[in-house]
Amino acid sequence: MNALAQPSGLNRVADRPVAISIRNVSQRYGHAGSPQSVLALDNVSLDIRRGEFVCLLGPSGCGKSTLLNIVGGLVAPSEGTVAVDGRRVRGEPLPQDVAFVFQESTLFPWYTILENFRIALKFQGVAKDERDARAMAALETVGMAGFARHHPTQLSVGMRQRVNMARSICVGTAILLMDEPFAALDEQTRMVLGEDLSILLAKTGKTIVFVTHSLAEAVFLSDRIAVMTARPGKIKTIVDVKEAHPRSPDFMLEPRFSDLRNELYAMLRDEIRLAMAAQRDPNAGEEASS
Amino acid sequence: MSRTTLSAHLIQFGVIAILGGAWYWSTATGSVSKLFLPEPAAVWLAFSHLITTGQFWSAVKVTLTTIAQAYAIALLAGIGVGYLVSRSRFLIDVLEPIIAGLFAIPITLFFPMFILFFGIGTGSKIAYGASYAFFPIALNTIAAFANAETHFLRAARSMGASQWDTFRHVLIPSALPVLLNGMRIGFFISFASVLGGETLSSVAGVGRNIALAAELMESARMYAWIAFVVLTAVMLNLLAGGLETRVSRGGDGAWR
Repeated sequence: MNALAQPSGLNRVADRPVAISIRNVSQRYGHAGSPQSVLALDNVSLDIRRGEFVCLLGPSGCGKSTLLNIVGGLVAPSEGTVAVDGRRVRGEPLPQDVAFVFQESTLFPWYTILENFRIALKFQGVAKDERDARAMAALETVGMAGFARHHPTQLSVGMRQRVNMARSICVGTAILLMDEPFAALDEQTRMVLGEDLSILLAKTGKTIVFVTHSLAEAVFLSDRIAVMTARPGKIKTIVDVKEAHPRSPDFMLEPRFSDLRNELYAMLRDEIRLAMAAQRDPNAGEEASS
Repeated sequence: MSRTTLSAHLIQFGVIAILGGAWYWSTATGSVSKLFLPEPAAVWLAFSHLITTGQFWSAVKVTLTTIAQAYAIALLAGIGVGYLVSRSRFLIDVLEPIIAGLFAIPITLFFPMFILFFGIGTGSKIAYGASYAFFPIALNTIAAFANAETHFLRAARSMGASQWDTFRHVLIPSALPVLLNGMRIGFFISFASVLGGETLSSVAGVGRNIALAAELMESARMYAWIAFVVLTAVMLNLLAGGLETRVSRGGDGAWR
């Protein structure tokens, strides 16, 4: 279960300092004991090291997004602690250290792309005369500098999500939390953006926590995959993917890739069934586990 | 001009031409009494008399001032109340149905009461127009602010936006289209209520002149005044539409 003990062999990730420390985190919605109460996360612990790409993979409703929101300080956990670079997170965002990318584009449609970047930098407290240069540099890294004066609605969904990603990079935080950022995209766009992200990871050395439903996405991007159980979400197991970043799409053609993918599917199959049963009966998941 | 807008304009022009033709034909053949519907030429004569003598000016001044006052009160109260209610789910659940329910009552029923309270001067028309226009403005303000898309608010929070930043850069722009729509509806309701109130009971204004011409059976004059109101409404509508697009675009490029 504890993959941290094994050396990953790649830039010796295990030797790097811990960036995010999740300790015994549980999340309950509603009062314990009441019939509406739902235990979304059950005693989750995980250490994520600097520069690591960790995927949270699990069936719908297993609390992956909740865990991400807790790490980013958007939600305070019912129990347990989260620390980012040794500092405790208590339900308050840390805009200097952590940036989010959500599933739906959060580019404000009333501003141009450039204005969106400026406003993000302003929110974060970056000096006015620095904003434009940083915005344009970030747009150039994703090849979207030509669209600075466009409005988000003038871009395709894929381009919008690419710009959205660039905005989160532009604010310069060491940690990026991504909540199913490619879920709304078609498979081909998803593959291209996945490759971009892998290149970016290699270039910037950011720590990324990535929530996904997609097995292929998890294998392609992750250094480690935390497989979660159906609700209440626990970490079932951790799978290492030993492949250096940036990864090429050829990686997907290797037998290793499909082996890992199949291995993950075998682990998830029962959890997905449990999650589907829980959708039919909201209390089923909790009863099955207790 | 694209083909669709061209054909749309042709149809619009056609509809107006048919209505005008029907008017001319029914008066020319004498199938409608001239007392009820005078021929277009007579109305045109009365209309140009109204304009060239400058007779319209004092009445228009009274009416427009009344509308402006009624609308200003409706805006302040409607946006103020709407915004405060929108800040809490509980208040929305409790008060929104009441405001919507009151809006369904014809406020005209209370017009005699307004006359009792505020007299037959402009006061009663201001109160009538303001209270009628209050409802759509308040309802749209509630909808505009309560339905601000939560993922934008969450994104702003994650980026470290202060409350004021969020209000200015996220909440207001996101609410603006629905808010402006409410302001526009509110404007035309105060416009219609003030004119309606003037025709019911008043001492001055455009509505008063319409009612007076009707009482004196000067139908050409009455239609001339009505034509004047129609022209004003069309111009104000164009103006409001232009302002709305300008503000929604926030300077450059459309987003909705």
